[in-house]
Amino acid sequence: MGPAESVHLRFFVRRLAMLLVSLLVASFVIFAAIYLAPGNPIAALSGGRSLPPDSLHVLEARYHLDQPFIVQYWYWLSNAFHGNLGISITLRENVSDLIASRISTTAGLVLYSSILIIVIGVGLGILSGFKRGLLDTSTLVITAISASLPAFVAAIVLILVFAVQLQWFPSLGNGVGFIDQVRHLTLPAFALAVSSLAIVARVTRAAIREEARREHVQTAVSRGIPTAELIRRHVLRNAAIPITTISGITVASLIAVAAVVEVVFGLAGLGAYLVQSAQSKDLAVVQGISLLLVTTFVVMNVLVDVLYAVLDPRVSLGSRAQ
Amino acid sequence: MNRAEPAAGAPLLELEGVTVRLPVEGSMQAVLQDVSFAIRPGEALGLVGESGSGKSMTARAIDRLLPPGAAVTGRVRFGGRDVMTLSGADLKRFRGEVAMIFQDPRAHTNPVRRIGDFMTEALRTNARVPMDEAARRAVDLLASVGIEDGDRRLRQYPHELSGGLLQRVMIATALLTRPRLLLADEPTTALDVTTQAEVLAILDNLRSELSLAMLFITHNLELAAAICDRTVVMYAGQVVEVRESNRLHDQPLHPYTAALAAARPSIDATAHRLTAIPGRPLSAFEAPAEACAFTARCPYAADVCRERRPALVELDGGLTRCARARELFGRLEVELHA
Amino acid sequence: MSVAAGLATAAWRRYRAGRQRRTSPVLIASAAVIVLATFVAVAGPLLAPYNPDLPDLSQYFVGPTPDHLLGFDAQGRDVLSRLLVGARTSMLGPLAVTLMCMTLGSLLAVTAAWRGGIIDAFISSGLDILFAFPGILLAVLAAAVFGAGLLAPVLALSVAYTPYVARVLRGAALRERAQPYIAALEVQGASSVAICLRHLIPNMLHLIVAQATTLFGYAMVDLAAISFLGLGVQPPSADWGVMVSENQQGIIQGFPIPALAAGVCIVFVVIAFNLLGERLYERGEARR
Repeated sequence: MGPAESVHLRFFVRRLAMLLVSLLVASFVIFAAIYLAPGNPIAALSGGRSLPPDSLHVLEARYHLDQPFIVQYWYWLSNAFHGNLGISITLRENVSDLIASRISTTAGLVLYSSILIIVIGVGLGILSGFKRGLLDTSTLVITAISASLPAFVAAIVLILVFAVQLQWFPSLGNGVGFIDQVRHLTLPAFALAVSSLAIVARVTRAAIREEARREHVQTAVSRGIPTAELIRRHVLRNAAIPITTISGITVASLIAVAAVVEVVFGLAGLGAYLVQSAQSKDLAVVQGISLLLVTTFVVMNVLVDVLYAVLDPRVSLGSRAQ
Repeated sequence: MNRAEPAAGAPLLELEGVTVRLPVEGSMQAVLQDVSFAIRPGEALGLVGESGSGKSMTARAIDRLLPPGAAVTGRVRFGGRDVMTLSGADLKRFRGEVAMIFQDPRAHTNPVRRIGDFMTEALRTNARVPMDEAARRAVDLLASVGIEDGDRRLRQYPHELSGGLLQRVMIATALLTRPRLLLADEPTTALDVTTQAEVLAILDNLRSELSLAMLFITHNLELAAAICDRTVVMYAGQVVEVRESNRLHDQPLHPYTAALAAARPSIDATAHRLTAIPGRPLSAFEAPAEACAFTARCPYAADVCRERRPALVELDGGLTRCARARELFGRLEVELHA
Repeated sequence: MSVAAGLATAAWRRYRAGRQRRTSPVLIASAAVIVLATFVAVAGPLLAPYNPDLPDLSQYFVGPTPDHLLGFDAQGRDVLSRLLVGARTSMLGPLAVTLMCMTLGSLLAVTAAWRGGIIDAFISSGLDILFAFPGILLAVLAAAVFGAGLLAPVLALSVAYTPYVARVLRGAALRERAQPYIAALEVQGASSVAICLRHLIPNMLHLIVAQATTLFGYAMVDLAAISFLGLGVQPPSADWGVMVSENQQGIIQGFPIPALAAGVCIVFVVIAFNLLGERLYERGEARR
């Protein structure tokens, strides 16, 4: 094993350790929420409802409320690790089952959006990075505006134009069957993607411009390397580092913002359910979904870091560049 | 190889009245004015001047590396062919025959590609040399620039090499396509002093071994004199003097050259203080159209200098762009008198 | 033009370096929008032509009239009045987040950069861990625990954004710390606090201001989203995020103006802050 490989290995091990610590702390914060809430843990877990005695016993047993705090946390975490996230106080069902029935909608939405962001965002950025002119100028103006567009505002505009006026896409619900589901997810996916897409396009464009200006590209030109090779091997390859990073970060952040879009479009996803549970103070569900979303978010961010380290040989032990 | 061989004694590279204009603040400004000189096969020509004098621009004009929007007039000929009209395969071949070494080797190597990839890229993509053959040649050349563990170096990334080492890699890379002309743009300026000498020695040896022509760009008059047969001095985008290197220091023809020579600390001269050239260097586009560009800083400036821009005239086997060259000949002060 | 020709050289950049940056129209427009929004946030209730909270169900989504320029909302309230009054909570929330976040972020950043060693390691890894929480998620969690309202989400977002701010500022503080003039001051016996307050932070101020400006925009988007979700500002209070949510049904029923008007207000202010932040950042960078 060469020195470069061992440096890489150290980077990955370190990153993995940080991932575990992050998850541990995050899970602790999520669990501690029931103690941070006003009133006693029972009140927090029941959302202030008065429960029949046997339900209270179930809660006490489930959270081991007679045990010290840290022991309670340990029980909760190991249960969560085994897929047992407790019982919803409103629906009286296993939180895991409730999550499982909604996860595909959110996953589909985030995946659809990610594809839009990467294909359209990166594509647009590359085009306007290489070609100056009308396309570049209009991309710059449109992305400046849409980068600031909150998802829920984008959503109502998309509904107004494509669902109400043009009637191309439905504005509500999940749909049945693959094609219909994709149709139902189209407007939500665009609403979710729009600001990230703009940011990715802008960063891509800037990265292309920046890399094309580099002195080492001049070296390649002076050696008569053909333009296509020049673009592929020296401009795109180097620009891929910031492009991958920004795409990864924005795609990871979709996980949280998806909640807003799901609510607007009445999609039965995790995010909408999280919001509904937060409103009805169904804390077990809030904890379960939060834990899942935070875990996904953290893992995705670590993947971005790892990808970054793989793409950029200069990265050894530092973390992601600013 | 199908090379257009120039007639015996004909120059390898020839610049004739090259003027380059660039768009600055919306208008076209000249950065090179009527630059003419020639390099014979195997000859080393120095190109000396302060920063902004147009040295690098000249090299870029030769290698067709000018920024977008640049307008070029005049002629650049290489091996008898007009460089400015080359395209496609001809341009590619030209770039194989003219290699460039840059000032900052770190900035001029792609940080995400290995040394091996960097070195062999041109061979593989342009000359279709197979990878292992190209790598073998790269290792051989690395050995000739004093890098013995070439195999290992090829697998490293630029950031794992020191500046001096990287510049040696650059030189080896430049020689890999067996060029006939080397454009060396301040190849040692970014290196520390001990490394400078090393890199220069390598460059000098290889050059004479391969009888390679070279345009050596530097701001250091002594260095140019030490390495080059002849030296061209530039000021404000214009050639102000062309002279045999060994006579440049003792018998300069242009007051600017004399000032440059005086501004250099000399080890054997027991100078008590250094003279600096008064005033600041002019950019080409600041140079007056109807006067000598050096007037403002020249201790010998007279009315005749402000009337029109002097032409490049022959004197004592060299060329000078000074209106008073003949009367000042032999009187220009180079040595410092304490 | 081929790409090869489009590749500007270092020499080329040197020629352009002298180019002066003028105050751009974009900058002026952004500043104008921010000033206007701030003015409305302060004086909104005085400017509102009607009572923003008075429902009149007979005026359900009645369109714009000369007296009511933006018409009525789903509960028959004057939309323009609600927009003017709603500016206050819509601007106050992001302002609170920005102030808290910048204070906390600068403090942590400067402490980490100045003290270095184990303290830096502690602060930096603490910040790295905080990255685990996306802002909106933490805000929803906070609202679930502490109850809906502006306070919990504001606190949650302040915490969630702090690592982003602190990471950038720490880098800047480290660069500044390495400057020779800081060492000179230390040699002269100036106290750490004095150096930080009188030299280090003032020299980072352009970055702090640029960050704060951009942060305000992000905070506005997230807080509006939280209010839209019903976990932030509570109806019947007028707030732009709440207004989009209350009048969302109008989009489908053919009365898009009330929801769109509130959305447009949010978007305008956010764009203004983002563009201004971007320019301030560029200027700060150019000055170095």
